[in-house]
Amino acid sequence: MLDQGSRRRLPTSPGIGYKPQHISNILEHPGPVEWLEIHAENYMGAGGRPIAQLRHLAERFPISVHGVGLSIGGEAPLDRDHLDRLKHLLNWLNPASFSEHLAWSTHGAEFLNDLLPLPYTNATLARVARHIDQVQECLGRQMLLENPSVYVELTGSALDEIDFLVELARRTGCGLLLDVNNVYVSSTNRRTDPQDYITRFPHDLVKEIHLGGHDEDRDDTDQPFLIDAHGSEVVDPVWQLYARTIELGGAKPTLIEWDNDVPDWPVLAAEAARAARILDRVKA
Amino acid sequence: MNQSEFRAALLDPERPLPAGITDPEGRPAPKRFNVYRNNVTASLTEALRKAFPVVHALVGAEFFADMARVHLRAHPPKSPLLMFYGEDMPAFLEGFDPVRHLGYLPDVARLELAIRHSYHAADACPMRRELFASISPDRLMSARVRFTPPTRLLRSRWPIRSIWAANVLGENPPKAAAAEDVLIVRPEFDPEPVLLPNGAGDFIAALMEGAQLSEALDRAPEMDLTAALTILVGRRVIAEIAAGDAT
Repeated sequence: MLDQGSRRRLPTSPGIGYKPQHISNILEHPGPVEWLEIHAENYMGAGGRPIAQLRHLAERFPISVHGVGLSIGGEAPLDRDHLDRLKHLLNWLNPASFSEHLAWSTHGAEFLNDLLPLPYTNATLARVARHIDQVQECLGRQMLLENPSVYVELTGSALDEIDFLVELARRTGCGLLLDVNNVYVSSTNRRTDPQDYITRFPHDLVKEIHLGGHDEDRDDTDQPFLIDAHGSEVVDPVWQLYARTIELGGAKPTLIEWDNDVPDWPVLAAEAARAARILDRVKA
Repeated sequence: MNQSEFRAALLDPERPLPAGITDPEGRPAPKRFNVYRNNVTASLTEALRKAFPVVHALVGAEFFADMARVHLRAHPPKSPLLMFYGEDMPAFLEGFDPVRHLGYLPDVARLELAIRHSYHAADACPMRRELFASISPDRLMSARVRFTPPTRLLRSRWPIRSIWAANVLGENPPKAAAAEDVLIVRPEFDPEPVLLPNGAGDFIAALMEGAQLSEALDRAPEMDLTAALTILVGRRVIAEIAAGDAT
């Protein structure tokens, strides 16, 4: 068990989504990378190499645990077994942060392995708030909730996404994880203004920022349509939105998220260095 | 839209778009909805490909992708722990007509599943070798053996270890369809399937069921005991020998 008394906070500097193929780079030449994020579900085995590596890394770096399987937006009650596994992981690892998504991914006994959309209604708000309360009570810590990538409009969705997130934070005390790429993807797909979203966002509630790449496509009417893919570099318009975010909200822990077609370490380190340069402007 | 309708359309491309899913102008948007369908199909296909590299090599990439699509629609994951996804694959392969002529395929999938479970199993604290000598022979015969958590026994009427080794280690493919018993050992972090000598499968299976050493030996009269012990002691798969009472 790691020291429970000194839970480290994520530094207001770049972090990286940890991939096992980069372990020696991270240990020998982390460069601008000062913290690591892991997907909770990949470290829920009983032992073996994944757990041993994580223990080792946690001695050197603050760790952020990012869940992809809790299905906080699910219509059904939360999976108790999964919550117990999560609690076990957070208990021994004692990470600096825990975050999850405003989405659902489990239906009945099935795990669908995607972040599926929710209508923003009062009923959804009450259900998600209840689930966040349950998670935070079980884990004994604040969680961060991430804004989604939006692909479709759901009939009946009446509340504004930012109002929805703010109200969730007010009711539950959760923090927010602002994924700037998701803002850009959603705004393109919903044909709204991403600058306006960033300007209106409650930056005092933001404890972490995500940056990632997306794929470009066309929708049913041949208009620009973006897909959150985490398989490429962060594009310039997203870097510009990020710079604006930091101007408005100050320096925040910032993750480079690259999960598919993972590149060699220097490519990731260069992305992290670019985030560091933007962060340094407000730190100076 | 409720989540049941959404889920049904997600896993069935023949189904029409659930009501209430549109683009920003309120028009039905099947192409947009297909992002979710594609994400689920692509990510679960990839999970199965990583989980069953030898099955993938045996049937080829294109066939595997088609088969994975059929599999994931019939057997979506039952847990967010995707590292264990595919537990229904061996039974699925047994009933999947296009691979009926590949009789060994289900057992190869079982071997790959067992290797994955071994990889994620709790770390082993094997018994120190010196301790074996400290148990008197008569007490040893009534002893029971506890194996380390990563240790797995696989028994097949097909040469599954040889098929695995041909595809993973580049060894020569098996010449005959001989039965093989395999013990998966994990010295540190990397599981290794070890081919067992004749009779050792019966012996180890009995031990794993909790039989005393003498009973396990009775079940494997033809076994070369030295060869079996060389594997059990040499590969450090024994966590504990609970010595019985002296007779």
